[in-house]
Amino acid sequence: MTIGEVVNLLDAEILCGEDRLDTEIHTACGSDMMSDVLAYVKDQSVLLTGLLNPQVVRTAEMMDMLCIVFVRGKRPEPAVIELAREKGIVLLCTQKRLFVACGILYTNGLGG
Amino acid sequence: MSECIRLEYEVDGQNFASAGHASESVKRMLKQMGVPAQHVRRVAIAMYEGEINMVIHAHGGTAVAEIYPDRIDITLADHGPGIADIPLAMQAGYSTATENIRSLGFGAGMGLPNMKKYSDDMKIESQLGVGTTVKLRVDFGE
Repeated sequence: MTIGEVVNLLDAEILCGEDRLDTEIHTACGSDMMSDVLAYVKDQSVLLTGLLNPQVVRTAEMMDMLCIVFVRGKRPEPAVIELAREKGIVLLCTQKRLFVACGILYTNGLGG
Repeated sequence: MSECIRLEYEVDGQNFASAGHASESVKRMLKQMGVPAQHVRRVAIAMYEGEINMVIHAHGGTAVAEIYPDRIDITLADHGPGIADIPLAMQAGYSTATENIRSLGFGAGMGLPNMKKYSDDMKIESQLGVGTTVKLRVDFGE
């Protein structure tokens, strides 16, 4: 699946990284605890979260993730978007809840 | 070994938003040096966890990275409250973090165990009321 397909499936808004929608992704994880993402995640390329602070972007950066999806219609501060832009991480925003967004991506072929 | 690149950073304990800056910088340097990606990631995660700990528990401190051709040595030193019971602090899930820290996405009690998991050697020295020094080594071999 591409990041562009994630945008369509989740009816998501693109906050930054419009030029990377063709990037292929194979796995994702969903969590509001960055501690758990750092502890348990392995090679997942998409992070779905309801947490909005800059450490979400830094966590994704440390884990070599390609895309962050903010759920429940939450939008981060401009500084967070700018940090993601610097790091080359795509930021998306969807109105869907975490469980539903993960379910849609999983049933459409994205692994855990 | 003489070929050593030494990087030193102040970790600002008052600024949660900037936590991770030192780890990012070291990660970028290792990538530029052509260190294999799996080792770069281990260094990044272990150091980032340490940096976050220094900010949320210990009012900041200093982070020193010494990069050799075959490994990196990282020293994270703070002047925080110290760790009363290191074996307990090493247990996965044990945390003294406040609700406020948890609301920021950290404080699940995985920081120190994670640092140990992703490094090849880890030593903690801590004295109550004086501070904590964590030394990490990550090897770049197979």
